[in-house]
Amino acid sequence: MGVDWNTFWPRIVEATGETILMVILTLVFSSILGILMGLLFFVTREGNILQNKYVFNILNLIVNIVRPIPFIILLVAITPITREIVGTTIGTMAAVFPMTIAASFAIARIVENNLISVEPGIIEAAQAMGARPIQIIFGVLIPEALGPLILGLTFITVGLIDFSAMAGTVGGGGLGDLAMSYGYQRFDTSVMVVTVVILILLVQIAQFTGNFLSKAVLRR
Amino acid sequence: MIKFEGVSKVFGTEGKAVQAVKNVTLTVNKGEVFGIVGFSGAGKSTLIRLVNLLERPTSGKVTVNNLEISTISPTELRKLRRGIGMIFQSFNLFNSRTVFGNIAYPLKLAKTNKQEIKRRVKELLQFVGLEDKEDNYPEQLSGGQRQRVGIARALATSPDILICDEATSALDPETTGEILNLLKKINKEYNITILLITHEMHVIRTICDRMAVMENGEVIEEGNVYDIFSDPQSKTTKNFISSVLNDKLSPRLLKKLHENPTVRLYRVIFTGEASSKPILSQVTRKHQIDFNIIYGSINELQEQLFGSLVVEFYGGKSEVDKVVEELSKIVEVREVVHHGS
Ligand SMILES: Nc1ncnc2c1ncn2[C@@H]1O[C@H](COP(=O)(O)OP(=O)(O)OP(=O)(O)O)[C@@H](O)[C@H]1O
Ligand SMILES: [Mg+2]
Repeated sequence: MGVDWNTFWPRIVEATGETILMVILTLVFSSILGILMGLLFFVTREGNILQNKYVFNILNLIVNIVRPIPFIILLVAITPITREIVGTTIGTMAAVFPMTIAASFAIARIVENNLISVEPGIIEAAQAMGARPIQIIFGVLIPEALGPLILGLTFITVGLIDFSAMAGTVGGGGLGDLAMSYGYQRFDTSVMVVTVVILILLVQIAQFTGNFLSKAVLRR
Repeated sequence: MIKFEGVSKVFGTEGKAVQAVKNVTLTVNKGEVFGIVGFSGAGKSTLIRLVNLLERPTSGKVTVNNLEISTISPTELRKLRRGIGMIFQSFNLFNSRTVFGNIAYPLKLAKTNKQEIKRRVKELLQFVGLEDKEDNYPEQLSGGQRQRVGIARALATSPDILICDEATSALDPETTGEILNLLKKINKEYNITILLITHEMHVIRTICDRMAVMENGEVIEEGNVYDIFSDPQSKTTKNFISSVLNDKLSPRLLKKLHENPTVRLYRVIFTGEASSKPILSQVTRKHQIDFNIIYGSINELQEQLFGSLVVEFYGGKSEVDKVVEELSKIVEVREVVHHGS
């Protein structure tokens, strides 16, 4: 049972495009949400510039509830919400929504952890100069933590390529969908091999870009 | 001018509260270099951080330039902070910014225009002697150079007060000397009031006009540096002073000297005028006895000489008593007993 490679290559190109689109859109949305959440986490922490026990605890609770849910379960569990917000539960956009939710919370934690590693004395120096909290966040905290932040986002991106394959299996399209429907269900190893190779390449490209950018920021 | 009135600071809540600063009353006058010395944990950092409200006092009043600061609004606080430069033991430079960027940052906060920032940063770099480092990042600089950047950054907005939290404690002796000279120059040229804390008496002796000694959150001694060096009251202060004046005999040597019961040791302290006159030889010659300086040092403090010598007198008991009596009228004389002095 062979595959007609002439008609198959365009499908691979299309699926690769879908995967990349899913990952990039998710990355954009979840970075915005995740960075905001992570910042809120950090600044409301005890002893910090906008210390607020209530905000911190509520945020912490939400993150701790959502984080441990396995992605495949989250994906299915939130389909009603996905339908409400995206309008459909099938297709690339429908996959982006649950991926964004899962990734945002992971990014929030990564952002928080990287900001904690910024020397408190540096924040204090900015405070002593009369900087406002918002000026400290964008002028000091983020620039100081940028190198590790980029590496953290790279880690998430690689994870998203993985997630996208999973989301694909529930009708999200992309390489995962292709691998499942051709490779798994029709026992065609060659299709499986091609998609896996492409996935590996995508991961390599993401990792390389991330390393390159963080190196440029860290100057080492 | 900085004024503390009955200021206390308690950390933590009931049960495990730490009183870092206890009922401190202190005035730092405009244009002076005021140093606070104390051991680790004495509460020095906490006290200095009350000046720009990095810590809030639990009770008492802190007044800066006639403004009681604990009641001011956030906007006023930011304005106040721009008038107070601060430098730190660990420099706390922004690693993501170049030397130029570090010094420019407070100016950007103060909404200074680009050209003016450029001019001011160049001027400051020249002042601290780092003209050629403007494009370097902090990690490419030595400790002394980093502190110079810290100083330039603290001076950027032309503050009238500079507070220094152990500014030289991370530096080697030579670099410490350079940074202290720079601080003195800042005080003299710009008439900036400097409040510094340190655990090194050497720092106080080198640049301070007045000083305070802190222990367990309290100020236990305060005054003119010369006065405190020449007449310390508390044991802690005496210990701090011996660490730089080197005027204490080792217990072993002292024990050895006291093995001969006829030897009588005196500590003679010369201050002010007395330090430049041959008093010791005049008085001993008059009573025809000899003396031998066993140990001691003469130091310069605030452009005055200050001597502390341990002297042994050779002669009959009555002659020695007369010499001691006569000397006591001019300088301070104390008998050195077995357990040090
Ligand atoms: N934020 C804080 N929370 C709780 N306790 C604190 C805090 N800051 C300081 N302390 C305590 O207050 C006391 C005084 O500390 P402080 O840092 O002012 O001492 P210091 O004289 O500056 O010491 P060092 O020379 O080691 O810097 C210490 O017992 C310290 O543990
Ligand atoms: Mg300290």
